Amino acid sequence: MKIPLSWLKDFIDLSGLSVEDVARKLTLAGMEVDEILYVGLPMPVYKEGEKHEFKTNGIGWDKEKLVVAEIREVNPHPNADKLTLLDLYDGQQDQVVLTGAPNIFHLKGTGKLEKPIKVAYAKEGTTLYDGHAEGQVLMTLKRAKIRGVDSYSMVCSEKELGITDESDGIIILDDDAPVGMPLADYMGDAVLDISILPNMARNANVIGIARELAAMLGRELKKNSNQLPVASGQSVKELVEIEITDPELNPRFVLGLIRNIEIKPSPYQIQRRLKLAGVRAISNIVDATNYAMIEYGEPLHAFDYDVLKKRAGDKKIKISTRAAKDGEKLKTLDGNERTLTAMNVLVCDEKGSLSLAGVMGGSESEVTDSTKNILLEGAAWNFINIRRTAKQHNLPSEASFRFSRGVHPAMSEGGVSLGLKYMAEWAGGAVAPDLVDAYPLPPRDAVVEITVNDVKRWLGIDLTLEKTAELLKRLEFKCEVKGDKLQVTSPNHRMDIGEGVVGVADVLEEVARSYGYDNIPTTTMADALPPQVGNPIHEWEEHLRDLLVALGLQEVVSYRMTSPEKEGRIAKHDEYVRLANPIAPEKSVLRRSLVASVIDSLEKNIRYSEAFSFFEIGSVFVPHKNELPDEPRKLAIAMTGLREATAWDVKDSAKLDFFDLKGRIELMLSGLRLTNISYTATSAYSHLHPGKAAEVKAGDKVIGVFGEMHPLVKEQYELGDSPVLVAEFDLDTMRAISPTYGIKTIPETPSMYEDIALIVDESVKAETVEALIKQTGGRSVTNVRLFDLYRDEKIGAGKKSLAYALTYQAEDKTLTDADAAAIRNKIVKRLEKEVGAKLRS
Amino acid sequence: MQDKLNEIEKAALAALAEVNDPAAVEAWRVTHLGRSSELMGVFSGLGKLSKEERPTVGQAANRVKVALEAALEEKAAVVKQAALEKSLAEEKLDVTLPGRNKHIGRLHPSTQQLRRVLSILAEMGFQVFTSREVETDEFNFQHLNFPPHHPARDMQDTFFIEAENRGDNPILMRTHTSPGQIHAMRYFAATDPNNPPPIRIALPGMCFRYEQITARSEVQFNQVEGLAVGKNITFADLKGTIADFVRRMFGEGARLRFRASYFPFTEPSAEVDVECFVCGGKGCQVCKNSGWLEILGCGMVHPNVLIAGGYDPKVYSGYAWGMGPERQLMLRNKVGDIRYFWGNDVRFLEQF
Ligand SMILES: [Zn+2]
Repeated sequence: MKIPLSWLKDFIDLSGLSVEDVARKLTLAGMEVDEILYVGLPMPVYKEGEKHEFKTNGIGWDKEKLVVAEIREVNPHPNADKLTLLDLYDGQQDQVVLTGAPNIFHLKGTGKLEKPIKVAYAKEGTTLYDGHAEGQVLMTLKRAKIRGVDSYSMVCSEKELGITDESDGIIILDDDAPVGMPLADYMGDAVLDISILPNMARNANVIGIARELAAMLGRELKKNSNQLPVASGQSVKELVEIEITDPELNPRFVLGLIRNIEIKPSPYQIQRRLKLAGVRAISNIVDATNYAMIEYGEPLHAFDYDVLKKRAGDKKIKISTRAAKDGEKLKTLDGNERTLTAMNVLVCDEKGSLSLAGVMGGSESEVTDSTKNILLEGAAWNFINIRRTAKQHNLPSEASFRFSRGVHPAMSEGGVSLGLKYMAEWAGGAVAPDLVDAYPLPPRDAVVEITVNDVKRWLGIDLTLEKTAELLKRLEFKCEVKGDKLQVTSPNHRMDIGEGVVGVADVLEEVARSYGYDNIPTTTMADALPPQVGNPIHEWEEHLRDLLVALGLQEVVSYRMTSPEKEGRIAKHDEYVRLANPIAPEKSVLRRSLVASVIDSLEKNIRYSEAFSFFEIGSVFVPHKNELPDEPRKLAIAMTGLREATAWDVKDSAKLDFFDLKGRIELMLSGLRLTNISYTATSAYSHLHPGKAAEVKAGDKVIGVFGEMHPLVKEQYELGDSPVLVAEFDLDTMRAISPTYGIKTIPETPSMYEDIALIVDESVKAETVEALIKQTGGRSVTNVRLFDLYRDEKIGAGKKSLAYALTYQAEDKTLTDADAAAIRNKIVKRLEKEVGAKLRS
Repeated sequence: MQDKLNEIEKAALAALAEVNDPAAVEAWRVTHLGRSSELMGVFSGLGKLSKEERPTVGQAANRVKVALEAALEEKAAVVKQAALEKSLAEEKLDVTLPGRNKHIGRLHPSTQQLRRVLSILAEMGFQVFTSREVETDEFNFQHLNFPPHHPARDMQDTFFIEAENRGDNPILMRTHTSPGQIHAMRYFAATDPNNPPPIRIALPGMCFRYEQITARSEVQFNQVEGLAVGKNITFADLKGTIADFVRRMFGEGARLRFRASYFPFTEPSAEVDVECFVCGGKGCQVCKNSGWLEILGCGMVHPNVLIAGGYDPKVYSGYAWGMGPERQLMLRNKVGDIRYFWGNDVRFLEQF
C-alpha cells in the first residue's frame, strides 16, 4: 500500500524525523516499507561507504529552481501553430515560457487572463524527468532557441516531476497555491510503499499507519472530525430504508445522502495524493469515496440517487442485501455481465440487483457526469464471502482488498460521514440530515485478562500492569487494572484480537511491538535440554549418501512432480497421486519411480560430459484413493559412459557396464554392513535388459533390482551410445535389516595363497562354483576371489575357465604344503562331481 | 710370469679407464675378472707350476685380483653416480600438464547446505524430525491456526491433490515443514500425555508452493525449522537462540535485527534480517539496496498450535523458526537463478 508522507502528516507530527526514520519505525513494527519513492522531498545523499536502509527511487525538487508561479497571459507563438507563449510571474520576476501542453492550448491567444493560472515552474538548470522520453529519464533544462523564441525554462507536467508515469498536459495547481514558494515546500512528498500483513488489515489506511507511528513514537494521533457536516433538507431516513436478510453476511449497512452536487475535478492536492497512493483521479465524487477509503479504511460506494428513485417509482427506496442465487446475472461497472453463485452477496432494490457487495458496483446506478444527488453506502461484509467472490470473478480492487481482510463494522458510519464531508467540500451540495443505519449484528470487542506473569512467561520481560497498560493504550486498547489482572478491551477498529489463551497471545504481541522487539533482551534458554535421542533413519540415509559419494556418484535432487507420459518411458503405472491444480501438464502427478527422475537428469546432461554416475535418495508416492499416499523412501542410481576419466596420455575407452554398477552396489551394501546378500538373474523387469539384470536380496528379502537399461526403453530417451545402468533400492526394507556389528579378528597364523583355474560349462554360474569352493574348503579357506574369466578354442566351445585366488588359513596352526594340497584336492573333487569341473593345468 | 701379471693388470686398468656406463662395467668385469679371464687363467694354471713357484705367483696374482676388484668398485661407484645424475637430469616433467582425474562423487548443494544448518542445530540440541510431504489441510493449515478461507492462506499458494469427499480437509502438498510441528508435538505428548516432555527438534524437508517456475520462484524448495517447547521458554530466549544460530551460521560479526511480522502459527512473530554480507550493509543488488537480507522467520508458538499438539498453552510455551537452505545458498554463492537447484545440470552441481 502506497502512503504519501504529506497525508500521514495530517494525522501525526513527524517533525525531527527523516523519511528513513519514519520508514524504519514502521518496518520494525511490522509494516515493512518495501520502497521509498521521493516525489519532491530531498533524497538522502549517501557518502562513500555509508549504509543504505531502503530501496529508494524518485527525485528531489530543487528549492531554488522549482517554484509555484502564475500564468498571467497566454499568447500565440509567432512561428509555431502548436506552441503557445506563457507570460508568467515566478514570485520574483516575469518570465516567458514556451509550451505545447494540450490543456492550456485552448487559451492560446486569450492574452491577459482574468484569473491567473497557478503552475509548477522550472527555471533554467533544473533537473527533472524528460516528459517526452519513454520511461523515467533525467534531463537538465538548458537554454535554447525554439522557432526563434528563447526558451530556458518550463511549466511542468506530472511526469516531469515524477508524480505519475504518464501525463498529458501541465499541472494546474489549486488557486490558493502561494506564488514564489518553492514547490518542494508546497507539495514535495515521499511515498512509502508498505506491505500490509494479513493480520494488519486495520492499517490498510493512512490513519491506521499514523496510529501505529503515534504508538511507536509516543506521539499524539490527530483525529479527523467524522461528524456529519451541517445538514439540510428532508432526512434520508424518510427517503430510504434498508433490509438485511442475513446479518452474518452483512452485519451493518449505512446510507447517507447529499444533494445538488456539481461533478468536476477534485482540488489538485487531492488528485496528487490519490495518484501517489496509486489511485486514478476521476471526479470529485469518485475521488471523495476513494480518498475517504484510503484515509480512513472504509470502502464506500456511491449510487446515483435519482436512478434509484426512478426505479422505486418515486416511492421510498428500499435497499436490501442478500446472497445471490446460483446463476443470477449482474452487469458490473466494468461492463462485464457476471454469472453469480450463492457465495456472492448482492445489494438490491425492489427492481433488482444493484451491485456486487464489497467488490464492484453495477453499471446501471453508477455515478455519471450528470449525477446531481448521491446516495453513499458504507457497509460491513463477511470477509470470507468477499474473498471468495473477488477470487471467483477475478476482481481484485481496493475495496475487496480491505473487505476480504476484515473491516470493523464500527467503521461503516464514520466512513459514510467522512465521504459526505469530502463531497460537500469538493462538489458543493448539501448533506441530508441523518444516516440510515441498519446494524443487526454488532461485533463484541474482545476482552482479555493478562497478568504480570503472562508477560514474563511469554515475552521474558518484567513489566508492571501499569506499564503494560500504557503500552497498550497507545494502540487504543481500553485497559483497566483489576487486582492482579489487567483487563484489556480491543479497540473498535480491529478484529484480530481473540479471547481466552489466544487473546492473551494476541495482546502480548501488541505489548511486544509497542515495547519494541529491539528492547526485549536476548537470553539463553533456562529450560532443561531434552534427552538427545538422534534420528536413526535420517542418520542412516546420510551415511548412505556419504557411501555413494565415496563411490564416485553425484547426488541429484529432482522435482517430485512429473507426468505419466514422461515417467511411463521407463516405469508404467495406471494409478498416480494427481494434482488438482498442476502448473503444467508435465508436472501433473507425483513421481512413482525414482529411477525415472534420475534418468531424466541423465538425459538433460548427456551432452555435457563423457561419463555420469548419478544417484538420488527420496520419496516416491503410492496413491490410495481419496486418502494420503504412501511415501516409501528409495535410492536410484544411473550410470553411463566411460569407465575412466580420460587423460592426455590414457585413452581408456572402456565403458561402464553391469559389473561397474554391481561393484558399486557390493561396496555400498558392505558399507551398510549388510550380509547374506545374493544376486539372482531376473527378466521380470520390463525396463531392464532380460539377460543383464539382477535382483538383490538380503537374506530372503528383495531389497533392490539393477541392470542394464532395456534397449527399447533406452530408445525412448536421448542417452548416447553407451549402455545405461540403473538400480533402484527400497530403503525402508534395507533399513529394517539389522546390520552386523563387530569385526573379524586378524589371524596370527600365516596364510597360504594358491591360484586354481577350473574349466566348466558355460551354463555353470560363477556363484555356484564359488559357493562350492567355500562349502568344501570350510573354515580353512578364508577368501575366494575370481581373478580371471577366460574362453578360447583350446578349452573348447561352450566352456569357460574360471581362475580363483584362494587363501588358506587355520586359526590354530600353521598350514603345511601338504595340508593345502589336501584341501585343494577335496575342492577339485567336489567340483568335478557336482558341476563337471576340470582343473586346468 | 710376473711380467705377464703386470701386463694383465696394466691392460685391465687401461680398459677400465675407457668404461663409462653400467653395461660396460659389467662387460669389463666379465672380461677381466670373469671365469674365463686371463687372470683367472693364471689361477687355474697354478697347479701346473712347481712347488717353489706356486706361492710367489699365487701371491702376485692375488694382489692383481685385489687391485682390479678395488678399481672396479671405485669405477662402478663413479659410473653409477654419473648414470644417476644423467637420469635425474633427463627425467624432468612438465609439471604444468594436467593430472589424471577420477570420476568423483558430490552431494547436491542443497544437501550440503542442509547438513551445515542441521549440524549447527544439532550442536544446539535440536534433533532431526522428519515428516511426510503430502499432507492434509488439517495438518498443513488448520492445526497451524489457518482456518478455512483465512486470508493468511494467500501467503502460501497451494498444490492440491485430486481426492473426493474430503470436505474442508483436502489433500495437498505441504507448503512448509510446520505440519511436522504438530506431528512431533503429538508424538512426544503421547509419551506422557499428562506431563508432556520438552521438545527441541529440527524439521528439514521439501516444501511446495503453487508458483510459476522462474529465476526467482520455484514449485519446490527445502525448509528447515527449529522448534522448542517447554515450560519456561520466552521470546527473549527465541532472540538468544536466533542470535546464537546466526553467529554460528554467518560469523561472529553478523549484525541482525528483529522485525515484527505475521505467521498464523506463531505469536508474536518476527522476521529476522542479517546485515548484507555481500556489501556489508552499504547497499547492493543482492540486498536491493536495503543493506539487510531477510534470512528467517520466527515467533512464539501460537496457543492454538500448542493445543493442537497436545501441549497446554497455560503451562507450556515455545518458539519456532524457519529458513530456506536454497535461499541461503543463493545469497552465499550468488546463485542468480533458483531453477539451477532442480535442473541438476552437472555444470552447476560440479561447482559445489
Ligand atoms: Zn547488500
